[in-house]
Amino acid sequence: MTDHQPDDNNSEGLDESRRDFLKHSSLLTAMALTPSTVLKAASSQWDERLAGAFEKISLSLEVNGTKHSLAIEPRVTLLDLLREQLALTGTKKGCDYGQCGACTVHVDGRRVLACMSLAVMQEGRKVTTIEGLAGGDTLHPMQEAFVKHDGLQCGYCTPGQIMSAVACIREGHANSAEEIQEYMSGNLCRCGAYPNIVAAIMEVKKEGKKL
Amino acid sequence: MEKAFIKKVQIGDAMDRVDARLKVSGAARYAAEYTLKSVVYGVLVTSTIAKGSIKEMDTRAAEKAPGVLAIINHKNAPKVPGHQAGTDNEGSRVYGQEFRLFYDNKIYHNDQPIALAIASTPEQAEHAASLIKVHYAQEKHQTNSKANTSNAITPARGKDYSRGTAYAFKNAPVNLELEYGTPIQVHNPMEPHATTAVWEGATKVTVYNKTQATKLSQQEIMKAFDLKEENVQAISPFVGGAFGSSSRVWPQEMAAIMGAKVTGKPVKVALKRDQVFNMVGYRPRSIQKIGIGATAEGILTGITHEAFTSTSQYEQFTERIVDPTKTLYNCPNLNTAYKLIPLDMSTPCWTRGPGETSGSFALESAMDELAYALNIDPLALRLKNYAPSDPEKNLPWSSNYLKECYQMGADRFGWNKRTPTPGSMRKDEWQVGMGMAAGIYKSERDAASAIATVLANGSVVVQSAVADVGPGSATIFTQIAADVLAMDVKQVTFEWGNSKLPKAPGQFGSHTTASVGSAIYEVCTLLKKKLQELAITMPNSELARAQQNDLVVEEGTVGLKNKQIQLSYADILKSHALPQVQVSTESKGGGPEQEKYSGKSFCANFVEVRVHSLTGEVRVNRVVSAVDCGRVVNKKTATSQVYGSITWGIGIALMEEAKLDHRYGRHLNNDLAEYHVPTCADVPPIEVLFVDKPDPVIDPMGAKGIGEIPLVGFSAAIANAVYHATGKRIRELPITPDKLL
Ligand code: FES
Ligand code: FES
Repeated sequence: MTDHQPDDNNSEGLDESRRDFLKHSSLLTAMALTPSTVLKAASSQWDERLAGAFEKISLSLEVNGTKHSLAIEPRVTLLDLLREQLALTGTKKGCDYGQCGACTVHVDGRRVLACMSLAVMQEGRKVTTIEGLAGGDTLHPMQEAFVKHDGLQCGYCTPGQIMSAVACIREGHANSAEEIQEYMSGNLCRCGAYPNIVAAIMEVKKEGKKL
Repeated sequence: MEKAFIKKVQIGDAMDRVDARLKVSGAARYAAEYTLKSVVYGVLVTSTIAKGSIKEMDTRAAEKAPGVLAIINHKNAPKVPGHQAGTDNEGSRVYGQEFRLFYDNKIYHNDQPIALAIASTPEQAEHAASLIKVHYAQEKHQTNSKANTSNAITPARGKDYSRGTAYAFKNAPVNLELEYGTPIQVHNPMEPHATTAVWEGATKVTVYNKTQATKLSQQEIMKAFDLKEENVQAISPFVGGAFGSSSRVWPQEMAAIMGAKVTGKPVKVALKRDQVFNMVGYRPRSIQKIGIGATAEGILTGITHEAFTSTSQYEQFTERIVDPTKTLYNCPNLNTAYKLIPLDMSTPCWTRGPGETSGSFALESAMDELAYALNIDPLALRLKNYAPSDPEKNLPWSSNYLKECYQMGADRFGWNKRTPTPGSMRKDEWQVGMGMAAGIYKSERDAASAIATVLANGSVVVQSAVADVGPGSATIFTQIAADVLAMDVKQVTFEWGNSKLPKAPGQFGSHTTASVGSAIYEVCTLLKKKLQELAITMPNSELARAQQNDLVVEEGTVGLKNKQIQLSYADILKSHALPQVQVSTESKGGGPEQEKYSGKSFCANFVEVRVHSLTGEVRVNRVVSAVDCGRVVNKKTATSQVYGSITWGIGIALMEEAKLDHRYGRHLNNDLAEYHVPTCADVPPIEVLFVDKPDPVIDPMGAKGIGEIPLVGFSAAIANAVYHATGKRIRELPITPDKLL
């Protein structure tokens, strides 16, 4: 029989001192601006919560054409910002580690894994998610093609596949089935819709519309 | 009278999915995506040992962390009446004691959930979870199946099987004794398991969960929390893949329900990718021995199949691993044995083709090995041993087009171009090989209910609690309803994925179309009759003197055969001043007529691979899959189902393996970078051929199952092709380059 203890004591220690530092420095800055009741609270059990509020960073970005000015914690990923704070749940979380492509969005027109990017890094950028791809009530040609070719089953990987598919054509990597397969391999589909996804992309590419 | 019919849908049409628009536009909401007011977040903390107990859990720092509402563990968790009641082997689907979340301090497996941190934001909950410190009293664990076969047990719910003489293969003129193995496979649906739970008062709970069976979820939650049926609702219209892994209530559901109880707020619990590896089921490792014997002409005289699979220490999970062996071939002497190896792991769970997939790898590899030993073509050997009736049940098949599958598949594939000698088909630095295998899978029908309602505007709503985790069931049920009611499919709405709707079995075991489809067929037939009656009894009806038989129902109308009179459904309701007409039905399952037959789906898969002679890399060049699944209800979604099975088969054959470090009893590759699933570039052109002949027995549509059959035998077809390419027989999956060099 042995004792087992998680070995992350050190990192926790670092984490705590980081918090303390932020707590103190932000409290110093805040001192001049803050009524005395808040300062009193700061010395009690409230200080963690107060520190939390001061840790927020302001962020302006555009999502699907709408400008947002937000105050968010720096640890929030772009994916969680979209899903949990902006209620844009079309962008999916399949792994949270940059391994599945379910969270693919466009940032300034290029495909990006939203789970691998902190929201605060998107200052001033334009983010497009599946909800904003078509821009209106009609479907984007890629969405139409996915419906027609049955490029989906459960639908969970689908938004990421479609965002990647559009980017794949824009990048000029959709010149053959083999090339599409290679450049779409960052988007996993456990249901196995791959042949239909490739067919959908081939068709949109052939139509030659500007995407 | 409205006459804007776009197109009358027929069963069999390749209609687009009814929910495709929602899915491609991001509007379909999955279990963790219901934006409920004041929802809070729960993160599960999991054990870091495989066996022992919790000595102490220090939650003080976590409790003080920002935004934290509660830390729940075995010390303070709300009591769950069903857990207190103990083991129920009468009512449980798996024999043994189900895992009881936060019940006591015992650790049964690594990554066992031991605490839930609930906070206002996901980041706060995550941080709080990281602050919980646990001290364990560790005990020696066992996670290695191979090292523990001597501790195997005979499952309480399993019987050995024998017909003719046991071990007869030993006396056959040509016989082989072979051992095969398959690793742990993890379902890994793209959507990790998640639940959002909300209590209304102390007696009513709603869960938005990831389930293949809303009714089973409801029943299991009712039982656990001792609640009334009308007070438990499971809502699950969209499920991001499941493959068997969402056929039980799991810790994330229990945690969300407990968390919501403690905090009085809706609680969302989503598993992280690494947490799905040892908490929500997996395909168990198998170790299998096959003895196979035949005459010199290739007539089978004896097969023995002995299998072991792993299970947990608290439940006996059994699967149908020896079932294909009992029925696929006409072998007079056959015996099977099946044992379980209890390990310090979570309980496995049904996984696409549960049992059949692993079992058929052994059987169909052995058939190939026998073909070489006999110097007979592998396809010819199978044809020689075709079973004209079910050799296990001694019953005629409800329908069997396996020979057609062989024929169609071989023709399309060009099987006759194959030169039999292994290694004889090189191309540049690649060795090319062709392999094939057959498959068999049960085809059954279960009881199911449905309601159909025609509304004042003439449109129809059909309802069932059934889930649609991706096969396209909602689409084909819309088609069946539109077909029976002879109306435009756009006028039919199908509602599904909610336990308050009419009872449906779980969406597993490839019996959804047959079971729920029959209920929908029946209820729409009843509704049609009702509309005919109403048409006749309409005040001043022009049809008053007509008989039911004179009436035709077409294009959403009831009228005379000569089309001189056609009354729309809307007009019929209007003249009776009815706001709606509703009928319901409870469709029976199998019944005495069906018991006179054996219902199975069949397939034959043909595969060409290339193996790089220097690196041992295996690539699949092309696949032809010929399937007898009865009548195809929707060609488009059915084809997708076959693509799915083939993709799974490629994963199982070539890459998927959950590896454990037995020193710690922990998974080594529990993420999607290290646990390899097939990517777009791994899946070659697949030709799908359907026999598409209706089964006359199982259900009124003539459909059999499609979701699993193409996977049965498929991994063997690849292994057989690899042998043909290289002369190397790989009996332990996956076939990775190291095994070929
Ligand atoms: S969720 Fe971002 S790559 Fe998987
Ligand atoms: S459609 Fe289900 S994962 Fe791709």
